[in-house]
Amino acid sequence: MFTLTPLELEALYLSLLVSGWAVAGSLPLGVACAWLLARRDFPGKSVVDGLIHLPLVLPPVVVGYFLLVVLGRRGVVGGALYDWFGITLAFTWKGAAIASAVIAFPLMVRAIRLSLEGVDRGLEQAARTLGCGPVATFFTVTLPLVMPGILTGVILAFARSLSEFGATITFVSNIPGETRTLPIALYALTQVPGGDEAAMRLCVISVVVAFAALLAAEILSRRVQARLKG
Amino acid sequence: MLDLTISRRQGAFRVEVTLKAGAGVTALFGPSGSGKTSVINMVAGLARPDMGRIVVDGKVLFDAALGLDVAPERRRLGYVFQDGRLFPHLSVRANLSFGLNRLPAAERRIDFDAVIEVLGIGHLLDRRPALLSGGEKQRVAIGRALLANPHILLMDEPLAALDANRKAELLPFIAALSRRFTIPILYVSHSMDEVLALADTLVLMDQGKVAAAGPTEDILSRTDLRPLTGRWEAGSVIRATVEAHDEATGITRLAFAGGHLLMARNHLKPGTQVRLRIHASDIAIALDRPGRVSVRNILPATVTSVSACEGNMVDVVLDCGGTRLWAQISSHAQADLALVPGCSVHAMIKAVTVARGDLAEQRGSA
Repeated sequence: MFTLTPLELEALYLSLLVSGWAVAGSLPLGVACAWLLARRDFPGKSVVDGLIHLPLVLPPVVVGYFLLVVLGRRGVVGGALYDWFGITLAFTWKGAAIASAVIAFPLMVRAIRLSLEGVDRGLEQAARTLGCGPVATFFTVTLPLVMPGILTGVILAFARSLSEFGATITFVSNIPGETRTLPIALYALTQVPGGDEAAMRLCVISVVVAFAALLAAEILSRRVQARLKG
Repeated sequence: MLDLTISRRQGAFRVEVTLKAGAGVTALFGPSGSGKTSVINMVAGLARPDMGRIVVDGKVLFDAALGLDVAPERRRLGYVFQDGRLFPHLSVRANLSFGLNRLPAAERRIDFDAVIEVLGIGHLLDRRPALLSGGEKQRVAIGRALLANPHILLMDEPLAALDANRKAELLPFIAALSRRFTIPILYVSHSMDEVLALADTLVLMDQGKVAAAGPTEDILSRTDLRPLTGRWEAGSVIRATVEAHDEATGITRLAFAGGHLLMARNHLKPGTQVRLRIHASDIAIALDRPGRVSVRNILPATVTSVSACEGNMVDVVLDCGGTRLWAQISSHAQADLALVPGCSVHAMIKAVTVARGDLAEQRGSA
């Protein structure tokens, strides 16, 4: 019988918590960015596009270090957050969620943007002629039609968040019960003598979680597609 | 009631249109690329004119001089697109209610069940658009636009994507629509069959401009507009009333201003008013009344004009008891008969050439 040790449970819980918040928190911004890139032309669009995609090509450690500099207790933004609201991001699970969100953001935006570009603008026009304003049209027509893309984006981002290591360990370090997610716990185990068996167990857990996420995504995606096709 | 004067630069040419559309069906007819769709897109607010003014039912929707441009969702116009544009994620019922649900209850003039009944889509309500046939999709699209209780219904070649059978199946629905729900329809088409079956008023468009506008019969019977109405469509359109059917011989007798016409049996009730199209090439001309001849319709007429058209053919316009008939004969025959305006002649039309497809039931039928 495969029962989880308290340490494994804690790492698993943290991984799901961090990834869940990373995705949920960045989704509205992701949809907004995707919409902006798919539908609007504005000066500096390619710069914005490049910035959003940067985490995809940069070493995650660079992103983590950058986050530490900006959002750390003495960073420009992080300092203000602490002084005004008493919020600390560095070395907390919230910081880990932000690191994961930044790293996974390009994947999410890409998937949603592609899906948005595939939406027939004619359907939006039809909604307008039926008395539906632009905002209502977005929520009643556009959003349901890009649901498959949003789902893909969410799954990709969630998967990427689960596997996030570099930016996380740089920004929020390895704090048991706070920032020690599955990959970080696994790394820590490989650094101590005799941790091989425990490391292997964490590997198995990682594989199972990732696989379950993919399977759930596949089932959901089929349901959504079926809804659109009748 | 639609009243517009608009101008918009469109690729290589300028769409410049002034038109009024009142009760009944007004058809915008013209070749592809003549700017028909641009006009209704501007009426709907999906395209912006560079200059001009659009007024529907006394409400100004667009006025360039005043800087007024009412958003599409506030125009209260129904739009039936060529490609249907049903929302794929919604059931037929939800598609139909889409515009209706956004109306205050006091403005819901058109009854849901009545629309379902006229369009015959009651059995489709719980399906999704992907499972409908082309004709069913268009019927739902028409119902959806109608249920938004628009001040005017805009239809952009709603039958163009359908095959001939589906088209024939849907035409009566649209004809019934304008009759049943008193709502003006602006109908874009490049098919003469549809214009003949539906239009009360015809606006001919060419190169972004209105070439001619007026009652359908008048416009279609004008020889000078033939380049626009189409060489193979050449013919006259007359109004007639179904008088009687002779079951034994399979003949239907129609009465019109110039006398009677016999045609192959149709299934319209006696007393029904119809619009009939007689192709110019189906009318032969005789100086004397022929004696024993198979041609069933021999109508006394007077030549009002003779003009040459391409291919050694001559257009002869006849006046037959106040109805204008348009015949196309060879210039050889014209010379032989010495046909000039003022000649008394007999127009001969074979009963079999008055085809059912050229006959359309009219609104306000007895």
